[in-house]
Amino acid sequence: MTVTEREQRAFIAAAAADARVNVELETEGMTLNIGPQHPATHGTLRIVARLDGEQVVAAEPVMGYMHRGYEKLAEVRTYPQVTTLINRIDWLGSFANEVPFILAAEQLMEVEVPPRAAWIRTILFELSRLANIALFLGDMGVQLGALTPVFFAFRDREFVLNQIEAVTGGRFHPNFDRIGGLKDDLPKGWIEETRGVMAKMRNFCDELEDLLMGNEIFEARTRGVGVIPADIALSYGLSGANLRASGVDWDMRRDNPCGLVHDQLDWKVWTHPDGDSFARYWVRLQETREATYMVEQMLDGLPAGPVMAKVPVIIKVPAGEAYVATENPLGVMGYYVVSKGDLGPFRVKIRSASFNNISVAPWVLRGVYVPDVITILASLYFILGDIDR
Amino acid sequence: MIWTLALELAYWQQTAIKLVVVALVIPTAALILGYVFLMKMMSFMQSRLGPMEAGPYGTLQLLADGVKFLQKEDVFPRRADRYVFALAPVVVLVSTFLLYAVLPMGPDAVVSSLDAGLFFALAVASLSVIGVLMAGWGSANKYALMGGMRAAGQLIAYELPLVLAAIGVVIQAGTLDLNKIVLAQANGELFGWGAIGFPYILTQFLGFAIFLVAVQAELTQPPFDMPVAESEIVGGYQVEYTGFRFLFFFMAEFGTAFAFAGIASVLFLGGWYVPGLDPASGWFNLIGPFVMFIKIMAVSALIFWFRFTFPRLREDQLQKLAWKVLVPLALGNIVVTGVLKVLV
Repeated sequence: MTVTEREQRAFIAAAAADARVNVELETEGMTLNIGPQHPATHGTLRIVARLDGEQVVAAEPVMGYMHRGYEKLAEVRTYPQVTTLINRIDWLGSFANEVPFILAAEQLMEVEVPPRAAWIRTILFELSRLANIALFLGDMGVQLGALTPVFFAFRDREFVLNQIEAVTGGRFHPNFDRIGGLKDDLPKGWIEETRGVMAKMRNFCDELEDLLMGNEIFEARTRGVGVIPADIALSYGLSGANLRASGVDWDMRRDNPCGLVHDQLDWKVWTHPDGDSFARYWVRLQETREATYMVEQMLDGLPAGPVMAKVPVIIKVPAGEAYVATENPLGVMGYYVVSKGDLGPFRVKIRSASFNNISVAPWVLRGVYVPDVITILASLYFILGDIDR
Repeated sequence: MIWTLALELAYWQQTAIKLVVVALVIPTAALILGYVFLMKMMSFMQSRLGPMEAGPYGTLQLLADGVKFLQKEDVFPRRADRYVFALAPVVVLVSTFLLYAVLPMGPDAVVSSLDAGLFFALAVASLSVIGVLMAGWGSANKYALMGGMRAAGQLIAYELPLVLAAIGVVIQAGTLDLNKIVLAQANGELFGWGAIGFPYILTQFLGFAIFLVAVQAELTQPPFDMPVAESEIVGGYQVEYTGFRFLFFFMAEFGTAFAFAGIASVLFLGGWYVPGLDPASGWFNLIGPFVMFIKIMAVSALIFWFRFTFPRLREDQLQKLAWKVLVPLALGNIVVTGVLKVLV
């Protein structure tokens, strides 16, 4: 942290010196509003960038254009109703949003989830990761000007969404997780179909590796752009692939599975030492491929049994506090649930990954060129719903 | 006979016909390229169908879009420099029109056969920079200004490799007249076998590659679309334009793509000539346009294939590519061509 502050002070001094030179040469900087309506912010993020020519002197993200007050709204809902709301936080990987909240509620109620429910939960958790990250892998191309990859992403993500829909009935907002288990069991023939979809997703990864990641222009645009060292990443609270791309070997799925079955599977946490935009893309691509293997293992080892534990019809959570965080597609997502023994939570604090991930933007955006702003924002990969809950 | 027809008409009649033909050719060329490549080829590469509703297989989609553009309000930003803003698309389109003036479609099927036709074509092509700068400045928009500045830097940088790549052909043919370049290729000999002509792509392949890269940059298409970059500066100098002024930019972009593909096929692919026929034959005035059309579509397919495949370069990277790679390569090509021309 001290290194950061010293660096920041040095940077401010340098910027001030530049500004003096500019005053002498009678040139002035320009303030550019990137957003709130801008194609690269895929949502309503606003970046106020102070420019010197095409170089960013200082940049600050302005958030809150899409704040929907979910933490407050959750206080006037019952526990089953809250899942409907929190589905919409990270709208690309909806099911993964429900899981930590339900796990926290189960922890307070001390409910034992049947093993089959935990396994199917983990399968759906990883499927929503696939649906989410697949779009990133294509969208990164669009931000860099390659038009084709995103259509491949939409094409192949559709298969994953179909599988999610077949189980839950909802493509985007499944609302399927229940306290004590799941709403339903898997439909007939679903397991075989999902195996085929996993093969397709691996094929998609290979395709993008050829089309985008192996492209010299892509490498030239991303290598060494937006480097976040490990200590900076940790001090800003980055999580998920952004953290692992900086070389920090930390994955909640392995280190703190809390209720999901990742610890019973054979898989690898991918890290990259560079910490640049290319590393973030590379790590996400490897994780997508790893997730397909994980799902296949879970399909093989799926235990039999019920998918719902015995819970009362009217759910009252005993008084207490619980914090559960899981490794969601965008990073660590946690819910701090405070219960007073009522039908609904007394207070819910949502720790969403994108909010912390975007907070590094002022640090990493200074001194880069305007095109690199887009590259870095794309590679940090945020969902606006996940920034402004 | 058809090829003598033009000679029997008065000057004003010829001029009127040529004007009408060029005025029709540019929108048609833009429509054809837009439909075949931008809509259909791009869609098929991206595993989707593209427009399917307007006309059979969506062939009339661009016409429908054109009508839509004409119906739109002519919006001026409040702080825009009105005259500059209004004039910019016209300037860009005029440079496209001028390109067609020297493009030979047959021995006589050319609007104006200049002795320095190639020089003229490459000179007027760079006029569009002025229009782009005007659009960028006149819009009174930061994104537009950045786009305009980027475009100016890029277009000037890539003008040089474009010209230098063409000079190899000029040395080999010994003329700047586009029609004479075609004839030089038609009368050339391939390994002592004269009947099929000698397209310069065989000896000037490097020049052809450099020319295509530079054309890609002149057209501000990916991977050189930094000036328009939708995901960064939201269309650059085009950001404030709507309605028919935007249509002008669109037509100019695709019309210029068509014209540059035409110049590339004249310089490197033998122009309107078909192997096996006598290049002096007047029939080439009739079949020449079709031959040219096929070759233009082939070159355009290459241009648009790059467009749909590559990510875009950053502006410092594309300047580096122009000055450190393309210009030295083109100069080397000129030296080798010149030495061989003298020796062989």
